[in-house]
Amino acid sequence: MNMKLLKLLNKNARYSLEDLAVMLGESEDEVAKEIDQMEKDGIICGYKPVIDWEKVDHAYISALIELKVIPKGGLGFEEVAERVMKYPEVESVYLMSGGYDFCVIVKGKTFQEVAMFVSKELSTIDSVTSTATHFMLRRYKEMDVDLYGGMTDDRGNFLL
Amino acid sequence: MINYDKILNKKVKEVKPSGIRKFFDIAEQMEGVISLGVGEPDFPTPWQIRQAGIRSLEKGQTKYTSNWGLAQLREELARYMKRKYDLSYEPHKEILVTVGGSEAIDMCIRAVVEAGDEVIIPQPSYVCYEPAVNLAGGKAVIVETKAENEFKLTKQELLDNLTPKTKVLILPYPCNPTGAIMERADLEALAEVLRDKDIVVISDEIYAELTFGDTRHVSIASIDGMWERTLVVNGFSKTFSMTGWRLGYACGPEVLMEQIVKIHQYMIMCAPTTSQYAAIEALRSCDDAVEEMREEYDVRRRLLVHGFNKLGLTCRDPKGAFYAFPSIQSTGMTSDEFCERLLTAKGVALVPGTAFGASGEGFVRASYCYSHAHLKEALKRIGEFLEELKDEQ
Repeated sequence: MNMKLLKLLNKNARYSLEDLAVMLGESEDEVAKEIDQMEKDGIICGYKPVIDWEKVDHAYISALIELKVIPKGGLGFEEVAERVMKYPEVESVYLMSGGYDFCVIVKGKTFQEVAMFVSKELSTIDSVTSTATHFMLRRYKEMDVDLYGGMTDDRGNFLL
Repeated sequence: MINYDKILNKKVKEVKPSGIRKFFDIAEQMEGVISLGVGEPDFPTPWQIRQAGIRSLEKGQTKYTSNWGLAQLREELARYMKRKYDLSYEPHKEILVTVGGSEAIDMCIRAVVEAGDEVIIPQPSYVCYEPAVNLAGGKAVIVETKAENEFKLTKQELLDNLTPKTKVLILPYPCNPTGAIMERADLEALAEVLRDKDIVVISDEIYAELTFGDTRHVSIASIDGMWERTLVVNGFSKTFSMTGWRLGYACGPEVLMEQIVKIHQYMIMCAPTTSQYAAIEALRSCDDAVEEMREEYDVRRRLLVHGFNKLGLTCRDPKGAFYAFPSIQSTGMTSDEFCERLLTAKGVALVPGTAFGASGEGFVRASYCYSHAHLKEALKRIGEFLEELKDEQ
């Protein structure tokens, strides 16, 4: 596994093979092979753009749902996770340490839609004992990308 | 009417203003200019260093420190110099904390140079050495290093410029703007010449942590017989991305340092206290952060150097600092002309090689303290500029 390659792709998945090869000091063939292998090994699981949905009409809104569950005998948390992740409304599911068990990111067109989804679908799952819904109001930074425009170059122009 | 001409110090008047001011003036008035001109890291100072600075303020550590700098900081510096460059300095007599590397350079020069003394300065190099020597009343002897020698200072060049009046050799490696480094064998060769002479080397090693490939920085002070005749200047600006904290240091034999500290104590008193506390944290816990920045510079370096070569602007592999120094000779233009036309035509700001000495003619300096996207955009515009030049011909 090539850690430097992964870091570069994590920064920008759309680098050309040529750029990647140059930046890593490897041949394009080598880089292509490494990427291919990491895809096969399930290390690289997909490629997606970082979208500022606020700038899109009919944008999505997202909510972070805290799920508390009582895991079923012998099955642990996996069964619940599998059930939750099958919903197309669910973007991410994480098992958490701390005050609750699952962090579920849900997207929908309106607050109402998301709230209904939580109360009708998530909270009715057998092992789920409670839910807490937190709507995301604004995204400042998403996957390392500044969506806010707060990071400006304030270096002066003089000869150093 | 007051006659300022009579009042002003002649030596000060003779200092030439920065040759590239006009570019930056043009650049400031243009929209959408993309600059590769800045010689300053784009990374913010690592968070734990900033936090240490904040903590020292919260504790009210806002008084002067010792003229030499905080004892704790000098002890850390002694350990740092040992583990990084195998250099041993006594923290209480041989290490002086300064206001950036620049103050250290100026004081080192002033402490040894008198009227008529000659100071050898390899160029192209950083712009402060010559004015500092002139202000001290010395005579700058410029050695024009050559592209075919990878802009290293050769033993022969040193020999050719030595006179009985030579008192100081400035050794600015890793080099801004050429990216050249001096490897152990190169330094051994210089040491053969210097070892039996009463000449002091002022080794400006501010870019010491920014070397790429397999080679790591070697300080000339670590070469046999050179410690006693070398003043090592370094600082926190480039290594730890701490330019605004204004913190550097000079290390050397006690006999020299106890004189240098006199200049410092009367002119400066001490380096900024907050910065000194932050710097202790930098030396203690930031090796990983420094390595991460170095790796990122390396990636950008490859991207930029490859880009220039692909455009037909021959660019050697710069082994240190964070600049590429491509040749623009194939365009038939002077460095100045190239930079000015590129700026007005495409809004890309580079620095003409001549800003760093006449021997920089035919080259331009491009900093890679910028994001990948920024570097790619600059290269794209330079490519368009070169295409348009071809169409003209």
